[in-house]
Amino acid sequence: MLTANGVTAGYREPVITDVSLTVQPGRTVGLAGPSGSGKSTLARVLALLHKPFGGTVEIDGETVTGFRFQAVQRTRIGVLFQQPRLSVDPRFTLRQAIAEPLKNQDRVEELASLVMLTDDLLGRRPHEVSDGQLQRACLARALALNPRYLICDEMTTMLDASTTAALVGVIRAYQRESNAGVLAISHDATLLTRWADETVRLSAPRPR
Amino acid sequence: MADLLWRPAPRSRLTAASPPRSPRWRLLPSAIILAVVALVVLIVPLVVELNEQYVDLAIANQPPSAAHLFGTDELGRDVLLRCVYALRVSLTVGVVAALISALVGTAVGALAGSIGGWFDRILMRVVDAIASVPHLLLGIVIVAILRPSLSAVIISIALTHWLTAARIVRSEVLSLRTRPFIDAAIVGGASRLQVMTRHLLPNVAPQVLLATTLMVPHAVWHETALSFLGLGLPPHAASIGNMINDAQRSLLIGGWWMSLAPGLLLIITTLAVSGVSGVWRDRLNPKRRTELTW
Repeated sequence: MLTANGVTAGYREPVITDVSLTVQPGRTVGLAGPSGSGKSTLARVLALLHKPFGGTVEIDGETVTGFRFQAVQRTRIGVLFQQPRLSVDPRFTLRQAIAEPLKNQDRVEELASLVMLTDDLLGRRPHEVSDGQLQRACLARALALNPRYLICDEMTTMLDASTTAALVGVIRAYQRESNAGVLAISHDATLLTRWADETVRLSAPRPR
Repeated sequence: MADLLWRPAPRSRLTAASPPRSPRWRLLPSAIILAVVALVVLIVPLVVELNEQYVDLAIANQPPSAAHLFGTDELGRDVLLRCVYALRVSLTVGVVAALISALVGTAVGALAGSIGGWFDRILMRVVDAIASVPHLLLGIVIVAILRPSLSAVIISIALTHWLTAARIVRSEVLSLRTRPFIDAAIVGGASRLQVMTRHLLPNVAPQVLLATTLMVPHAVWHETALSFLGLGLPPHAASIGNMINDAQRSLLIGGWWMSLAPGLLLIITTLAVSGVSGVWRDRLNPKRRTELTW
């Protein structure tokens, strides 16, 4: 289980206060809420990228004590970011981007075919492919270490319906195979209704 | 009629921007001058078996002639030959000092930017403190402590000029480390060192290399200034600063060529280095989209 217990987090000022959330293995939890409600902040806390002011994060019963470089459990979680163009080093080819977390480069082709990326695309750099193709590469990278949990932070915002369906299909197939838990963050209520087993809503930010 | 409709509107004389001038006009002459200077400086001392310190008082203070293109100095030494050797020394000092200052600056800036917090604040205050002292003055103090020599000049220039590289690298690292691709690398299990070597340093490298290139002419002028003040190379060694310093006395007896030749060579070479690095800078930070297409 990936659990947030009473998490309070933000940047100088708290953005989310006393939020609890659980993602069970094999289940997909949708996270909805208006802009500024702290969805991405909660995603960053659960991805062990952002240290919360208060509360704890547990991964399969282990309480997380360190975040970012200090987090020993960070490779158990995969993350897909909202903007694929910003989440790949502009100097890297798609092949290099997918291979980055891997110690052994042999799995790049396997991962690329999983997300339907052809071999000629793997040699291109981010500015030479579309957002959809780049997000596929990001998904392949996120799945490279077989994460126990996958956090998708508005991953479909930049994509058309067919690419969205293709990516969600790949994630579902991975989920069936590995029993991974998925946290799907989106503004798209229709998508969450179809994709998530349950949806949690974060309330609108309090006016300051 | 259709022809009229498709004709583009005439440009207003007030709003029409002049077409961007191709940077080739600046790059080509600068690159040619730099290549010629580099070839001459590197090859002449190997090919020509002449001693730039050879004294022949019989031909002292001779103006430019076919035998001595830049004339001779008060000790009868060939000014052109001495200029070549002097430029060799000056460029060596400039390049080595610029490289050392880039290395030191990159290390300090990368550490400050990536670790952040109190470490960054303390390191940057140290940088501010050093920057607040005029660097020629600080350079003089360092050379005075180490005793004048080629290595002392290089060390003094490097130790007073790493601040620019440190500031550039720090600000780039601070900006880069918040990008999602760094987060993606961290989630993928990359260590701090791996993030630094795979992402941060390769992404700041073009800016640092540019700063290093721009530093070369500045360092050459510093070497010249220190030698002119008698704090650089020993008086008998050929360096641009030493030559201009020696030529001061000759000016009073009409020996204009002794200061003109090294001065012109210094100006032309540093302008050529600045020209090439200026084009590179424009290429890295284009102001117009059209600048990317040349």
